[in-house]
Amino acid sequence: MSSLNAKIQDVFNEPACEKNRGKDDKARKKGCSKPLTPGAAAGGCAFDGAKIVLQPITDVAHLVHAPLACEGNSWDNRGTASSGPTLWRTSFTTDLTELDVMMGQGERKLFKAIREIKEAYAPPAIFVYSTCVTALIGDDIEAVCKRAAEKFGLPVVPINAPGFVGSKNLGNKLACEALLDHVIGTVEPDDAGPYDINILGEFNLSGEFWLVKPLFDRLGIRVRASIPGDARYLDVASAHRARATMIVCSTALINLARKMEQRWDIPFFEGSFYGITDTSEALRQISRLLVKKGADPEILGRTEALIAEEEAIAWKKLATYRPRLEGKRVLLNTGGVKSWSVVHALMEIGIEIVGTSVKKSTPEDKERIKKILKNENHMFETMAPRELYAMLSKHEADIMLSGGRTQFIALKAKVPWLDINQERHQPYAGYDGMVELVRQIDLAIHNPIWRQVREPPPWECQLATRDEPPSTNSETATVQSFKKFADTTADDFGEC
Amino acid sequence: MVRILPQTKAAAVNPLKSSQPLGAALAFLGIDGAMPLFHGSQGCTSFALVLFVRHFKEAIPLQTTAMDEVATILGGADHLEEAILNLKTRTKPKLIGVCTTALTETRGEDFAGDIADIRQKRTEELAGTEVVLANTPDFEGAIEEGWAKAVTAIIGSITRPGEQARQSKKIAILPGWNLTVADIEHLRDMVESFGLEPVIVPDVSGSLDGTVPDRWVTTTYGGTSVEDIRELGTAVQCIVIGEHMRRPAELLHRLTGVPYAMFQSLAGLKTADRFVSMLSAISGAPVPAGVRRRRAQLQDALLDGHFHFGGKKIAIAAEPDQLYQLATFFVGMGSEIAAAVTTTNMSKILEKIPAESVQIGDLGDLEVLGAGADLLVTHSHGRQAAQHLGIPLMRVGFPIFDRLGSQHKLTVLYQGTRDLIFEVANIFQANRHAPTPEALDPFRHREMPDELRSSPFARH
Repeated sequence: MSSLNAKIQDVFNEPACEKNRGKDDKARKKGCSKPLTPGAAAGGCAFDGAKIVLQPITDVAHLVHAPLACEGNSWDNRGTASSGPTLWRTSFTTDLTELDVMMGQGERKLFKAIREIKEAYAPPAIFVYSTCVTALIGDDIEAVCKRAAEKFGLPVVPINAPGFVGSKNLGNKLACEALLDHVIGTVEPDDAGPYDINILGEFNLSGEFWLVKPLFDRLGIRVRASIPGDARYLDVASAHRARATMIVCSTALINLARKMEQRWDIPFFEGSFYGITDTSEALRQISRLLVKKGADPEILGRTEALIAEEEAIAWKKLATYRPRLEGKRVLLNTGGVKSWSVVHALMEIGIEIVGTSVKKSTPEDKERIKKILKNENHMFETMAPRELYAMLSKHEADIMLSGGRTQFIALKAKVPWLDINQERHQPYAGYDGMVELVRQIDLAIHNPIWRQVREPPPWECQLATRDEPPSTNSETATVQSFKKFADTTADDFGEC
Repeated sequence: MVRILPQTKAAAVNPLKSSQPLGAALAFLGIDGAMPLFHGSQGCTSFALVLFVRHFKEAIPLQTTAMDEVATILGGADHLEEAILNLKTRTKPKLIGVCTTALTETRGEDFAGDIADIRQKRTEELAGTEVVLANTPDFEGAIEEGWAKAVTAIIGSITRPGEQARQSKKIAILPGWNLTVADIEHLRDMVESFGLEPVIVPDVSGSLDGTVPDRWVTTTYGGTSVEDIRELGTAVQCIVIGEHMRRPAELLHRLTGVPYAMFQSLAGLKTADRFVSMLSAISGAPVPAGVRRRRAQLQDALLDGHFHFGGKKIAIAAEPDQLYQLATFFVGMGSEIAAAVTTTNMSKILEKIPAESVQIGDLGDLEVLGAGADLLVTHSHGRQAAQHLGIPLMRVGFPIFDRLGSQHKLTVLYQGTRDLIFEVANIFQANRHAPTPEALDPFRHREMPDELRSSPFARH
């Protein structure tokens, strides 16, 4: 456990983290996870975070060393897509029983499980996840993995991020540390070239990276490893030979990007494929970094030509939505940088942003958002569900964009909602993805059900007109009923 | 006699189980104004919550004591107390249902003692809120056990003990977890049609039926009231559905003397007849015309449907009581159970499953044993096995996250059996294989022993 503690201190110290730069030594040591309030906490644990980062590696067998719930309640639940192997969707767990726990048979069962998986599936590697119970009973998964790797002749990688050490975000980082310690750099590619890049923090949700990859192909840029979306073990193991790295979901995998720069001199930048300008900027930056690392500068011109062409097409497509969406009000309830260039594109076609959460945003983001919002007060850190519900049921927004956890606040307030987090079924990355997002907003807002669900039944209307005007009637009823329900926070901030 | 085969693999492949605390939480969700609370790390709650939401498409009240590493080492009583007090002030629940998890149970604390202390120390603050404890470590049992433990705990800590004056019309019903919202609604209508007054514990039909309440509520809004649970002892009869509900029924009997009648399943004509006869006997009322009509409809469905069932090989993976319900239904229609997989070996009902063997296992086992079957029957996670094997999947139980409306599917009594028949027959009709000369060629399959292959005639 002491080495795990050292790891945790190390990732808390992350110098590339923008928030960390603003802290003094003492504050940094405390780490970035806020203490949880029992009875008022939400969100996943460190194990959850580790699994999110690693499980999309498609050809690896992911084995969870735990009693049932850690894996049994959560497997095959994410919308990342694979272009080939499906092994990552097969769930493996040691499903510890009471007897296993009492008799200390955990390690032996784990070893046997590794053997069974190796024999039945012959994966290129097995990732073994520790969890609260197996950490508590002192199972030494590192030793078991080491022994199994020797015995069975394949990489068996310990992922040491039991749930109770902290938040999902910490788990993301511990997963990266495991990749650095055991995977990246263990295989030398025989085909390294000057146009090889890594993309970190891209999860290929609904296959959306496939909206972006053809752009790289067109420029002759090869994605050596996309971690973790649609990744193969060997791609990840040889990722250290890429010439440049783009990091997409910055808070989650920043330690990975920085340490890869440190160890293998791979420069990185933070970017996003959400929104038109951000996609263009990402292409530009990658080309620039590659040139800096020795690629032919002619790529810069080709990149600009591609950007000009693609942007023109996308803006033209988006313009067709302007008549339908101009003046519509969007409430954004999701975190951080990734939403910001989307905001720009939405505004470009006349959509107003009437509120946004800034829980995960950097100070710079906040400045940008201030300029966008008509009213500064509509920038919020977190919002209690009842406040959100109140705001929505007064129809102060035409649609809410958020993650699954707050969807019912919008739906029960009879307001359109669009999923922009990990469970969504539409790809939103790249130029075409932005057009798709706007199309989905249009479909959601203009669905004919809204008029049906909002209207009271005819018999109540008749009553109401006899007694008093219906609008005041319903409004007072709603307001009163809120007062009964005290605060909890609508803690709904996307992945990574 | 059915053979019960224990699990021998070290690695579970594609788990069939959902965890025991999840089952307990589900039971608490059937109580009005309830707030289930997992005593564990926040991930335990988060995973269960996400799974509930994917299944019900509803906001689900579920909280956590947020145990961290330090609290796990030092003991979780403080976290438990803080969580209970926070929930009380923030959501004002009528009931807080504490479900322990593997993490806290592995450390092993005196949870009942802790809760008793908290209730005593905080009597004033906690007035009007029941705190109920279910010991539900993830390393044993599954939904069924968790649900039954929670109901036992609810009765044990809320129901007023002692023999009481019986109300001749009042019936207590303890449904198993596998009854849907539609099942509970239908049960209530059926019981009421005899002039009886049912008290159903838990009653998910009031809380998880998917409505649009015109306000934002943080606890459950509907379900059995705490008051009704307190007065369970005044019922004239208790009806229990599912073997796993025997324990709470026995506790109720011990506490209050209310006798119980066990229905291990409510699917099929015979069991529905027994249930209806019982209601008629208790109430002294004749069977209403509407119920007779439903029975006649089921008779007709049996006649129309049986063509599609005869000789079909069915592979089922489900928790013990649901496995029994489904297996007896299919066998009653002329099908055979080619594979039966279940979660735990703790239930007596397994001995009555009409199959050669029952494997304690996972969906990996179903995929192996079910190869060659005509239909796979399990929850949504069976979709991978169905895809690999090219066999249609009928979704039952929990979780069902890739189809809408599973809670509104009726599976009990005349009408539910009728609907089940239609659903299965329609799956077969939708997956009909057109006859081909190759499949029917009398010489083609000669080299294969008969028992190893599914009859080509059976696949229509």
